[in-house]
Amino acid sequence: MNFLYLAYGATWAIHIAYLVVLTSRAARLKKEVDDLKKD
Amino acid sequence: MKNAFMLLALGVFLLLSYGLYQGLVAAPTEATMGNVQRIFYYHLPSAILAFLCFTVNFLASVTYLMKRNARADALAVTTAEVGVVFCTVVLVTGPLWARPVWGIWWTWDARLTSTLLLWLIYVSYLMLRRFASGGQAPVLSSALAIFGFVDVGFVYMANRWFRTQHPQPVLFGAEGSGLDPSMRPALIWNLVAFTAYAALLVWIRYRMERARQELEQAHALAALAGGGR
Repeated sequence: MNFLYLAYGATWAIHIAYLVVLTSRAARLKKEVDDLKKD
Repeated sequence: MKNAFMLLALGVFLLLSYGLYQGLVAAPTEATMGNVQRIFYYHLPSAILAFLCFTVNFLASVTYLMKRNARADALAVTTAEVGVVFCTVVLVTGPLWARPVWGIWWTWDARLTSTLLLWLIYVSYLMLRRFASGGQAPVLSSALAIFGFVDVGFVYMANRWFRTQHPQPVLFGAEGSGLDPSMRPALIWNLVAFTAYAALLVWIRYRMERARQELEQAHALAALAGGGR
């Protein structure tokens, strides 16, 4: 049973980590676009 | 646009929640492996989606090499990245299923080794995209993607061609293989849920990649204008 919860937990940990990376990259990109518009 | 996105994200969340319920609660307990077999409902959809992403990556890479289309390049890098995420899930859930069932975390059989190789190929692809300089990254990575795609076919056929520790295929396998009908709803719901989730990820990442391309173009134009003065 532990292996089952570990596998499901690991799957969601991987997906959540990727979503966090995507969110931070989107924020950085938005900042770059805003900076370019200012220049 | 933002409302449509939120609605889509909510739909995907509901589908994933229902998939989780199907996998953990509704599906029957398998007779020999017990509850650990439920890992299958995450393992197989993730493998199918990794294959699907790498197939789109291959088609987009061929299109890019033929037409030098920036949209095709954006789709290629997007699907490679999302494919690597799903392939990572496959490589993590596989050993967690193998340990209680086979008594080992890993074995170097054809299916497992070629899957690890597949992951390494597409991680190399992403590293090439990240670190190559001189504007040649899209061409070089497209070439790598075309060669790398051969391994997708090999992974799919590995447990059909070779005797492997990994079980024989559940879908499109030999006569007598297949899934018990009572387990099908959990597999189908999770496949639908993860497909919708993957489509959402591809959409988000594709828009980001297009924005990055436009930004890069704007920087290049600004540099040219600055150089002309």
